Amino acid sequence: MQLRKWLVEPEFRIERDPEKCIQCGVCVRQCANDVHEYDEEEEVVYSDSTNCVSCHRCATLCPTDAISIRPFPLEFRPNAVWTASTLRNLYKQADIGGVLLTGMGNDQDQPMYWDRMLLNASQVTNPSIDPLREPMELLTYIGRKPDSVQFERIAGQPRMTTQLEPQLQLQVPVMFAAMSYGSISYNASVALAQAAQQVGTFANTGEGGLHKDLREYADHMIVQVASGRFGVDSDYLNTGAAVEIKIGQGAKPGIGGHLPGEKVDAAISATRMIPEGTDALSPAPHHDIYSIEDLRQLIYAIKEAVCYSKPILVKIAAVHNVSAIASGCVRAGADVLVIDGYRGGTGAAPTMVRNNVGIPIEFALAAVDSRLREEGIRHQASLIASGGIRCSADVAKAIALGADAVNIGTAALVAMGCHLCQKCYTGKCNWGIATQDPYLTKRLNPNIATRRLVSLLESWALEIKELMGGMGINAVESLRGNREHLRGLGLTNRELQILGIKAAGE
Amino acid sequence: MTINATGVYYRQLNEQIRAAFNNGADEVVVENVCGHRYLGTSLRSGRIVINGVPGNDLGAFMDGAEIIVRGNAQDGVGNTMNAGKIVIHGHAGDILGYAQRGGKIFVQDSVGYRAGIHMKAYHDHFPVVVVGGTAQDYLGEYMAGGILAVLNLNSGDQLAAGDYIGTGMHGGVIYLRGTVEAYQLGQEVGLECLEESDWQSLGSILGEYCTEFDRDPAQFCQGDFVKLTPRSTRPYGRLYVY
Repeated sequence: MQLRKWLVEPEFRIERDPEKCIQCGVCVRQCANDVHEYDEEEEVVYSDSTNCVSCHRCATLCPTDAISIRPFPLEFRPNAVWTASTLRNLYKQADIGGVLLTGMGNDQDQPMYWDRMLLNASQVTNPSIDPLREPMELLTYIGRKPDSVQFERIAGQPRMTTQLEPQLQLQVPVMFAAMSYGSISYNASVALAQAAQQVGTFANTGEGGLHKDLREYADHMIVQVASGRFGVDSDYLNTGAAVEIKIGQGAKPGIGGHLPGEKVDAAISATRMIPEGTDALSPAPHHDIYSIEDLRQLIYAIKEAVCYSKPILVKIAAVHNVSAIASGCVRAGADVLVIDGYRGGTGAAPTMVRNNVGIPIEFALAAVDSRLREEGIRHQASLIASGGIRCSADVAKAIALGADAVNIGTAALVAMGCHLCQKCYTGKCNWGIATQDPYLTKRLNPNIATRRLVSLLESWALEIKELMGGMGINAVESLRGNREHLRGLGLTNRELQILGIKAAGE
Repeated sequence: MTINATGVYYRQLNEQIRAAFNNGADEVVVENVCGHRYLGTSLRSGRIVINGVPGNDLGAFMDGAEIIVRGNAQDGVGNTMNAGKIVIHGHAGDILGYAQRGGKIFVQDSVGYRAGIHMKAYHDHFPVVVVGGTAQDYLGEYMAGGILAVLNLNSGDQLAAGDYIGTGMHGGVIYLRGTVEAYQLGQEVGLECLEESDWQSLGSILGEYCTEFDRDPAQFCQGDFVKLTPRSTRPYGRLYVY
């Protein structure tokens, strides 16, 4: 007997306006959760709200706007301690047993520190700049910078003699976060790669390997090496523009990943180089990395494999001692350090881990930037802030706090149509993004998704230029780590101190 | 061609080895190797003979070359190796064959912890590891494909491997010579006797192993071995509540 049926009410209720509904069956065909059903005898569409995840696919595509989806009206008895979600989780676990699983980033009502920082603007004492008429520079180079730069004079002309380390060139200081083919669909992967190429930034394979069709975008792909080493061989390392070693992920610091066997179809099996239908298990640690020295060993093994021709990124989750860890990573030879805050997204993570482990990216970024500056090694690695970047103002604030660029994952998925139902792990994404079911994946047209991603980045670029122009800054380099342009709102002295910013009014 | 590694940093040594193969050498002998890392990284062809003790990550990402070590090897031999062959005339350290997807690693003596971790097979890639002596704990952890054999030669009454054998294993097969106690096994593996087909595939591997180390293949018989296989290709399929 399914206890769940009578202990847990549905989360949502479908309301169908019978006057508007024309029984066309769009909702029936669109819902992978089998919520809607057409009764041929009675010629009526019924809805069973039990399985509704509120992804809005049916409501969005309903030609007569007949469907509304609301939170289920029978609420649990009000209790500030034993909330509805807590009770639901208890009922579910008592019923089935097992680890609670969820998707996307932390949705808990914890403070958003981006919203508690405000940007500056010029008034009277220095002029603001209008980006519509004046040159404005967002070009960003990611990679290790030299300690000093030497020049020589040849025929009266200066020429740089310092050999620069390999760099990635970003037209916009925003990259797409690591999302594996497997966690997202082929069409979604193609869209991210195409958009990265068109905009002049980078997409990231995640740990799922590089699909052979995506090799044509490899100049704009960062290839990831994670503990399971899926799809990793010498060709893979040498094909990408850069190689990222994934140590941790903001949504699930300290734990590994399981791609369930039912998602490992022929194409994913070929890309990950594992047999069809087997689980793709990524252990929590890389078992060749138990220390900073070991990390250095893998960084240099990869540098050897690519003949020192590409920057090596190291991605870590923002955890308590992140600044000391970051310092170690830079000293270990990371050319770029990606810090993923606790709001970072995921295709699947244990709910308890996602909601309770790690720290906000705002603090982690400020602490790491400060620490690397104090130690005089900030130039040795670029910093990428990741995990919950929602808009261009977040990007500008992150750069002012010390980031060279940011990664966006959730924002990019939303641009492609994601409605944040947080059910990525079920493989039933009705928007064709986090699924491998061909019936669902064909809903995402890669070219339309590409256009939407490009539009998003272009509009953010314009907004960042507007924000910079307002501050009287005409190059993103002048904003980087320029915390004078940030003021805190409603923050404690300690928080202001860690963020390295003054309070509003100071 | 012979290269003397004395006083040469690993990066320059690797450059010299790569240059030698690019200039047409079929075999490079490296003398006085002492902890030099990453030797043979990504190499697709050729044969390296190492006299001395190579450092960590020997043959990392290797893709078809052959490495002979006349001495012991350190940690991470054949890390994420794709194809080729590594033969070690001595002991090897931890995480031998980590995520090895293809090729063969033969060790004359014993290996450290987590040997064969995350070995995986795919299509015509099929990794093989044979350890002549014994292996420490977590042998074949997370193993997803290929063959891992521990021969337990010359170790008296010692067990072939330590504890937690095959923890998280979800593919491939481990052959151990001698006895194995139930407490040594990870909960994801089952213990069986060898079938004729096992003995055929193991036998041909042992034949090749014996050729490398000048041993007599007749010393092995089917009954001396046990076989460990995963109970499921989805060991954690029922771990979660949706």
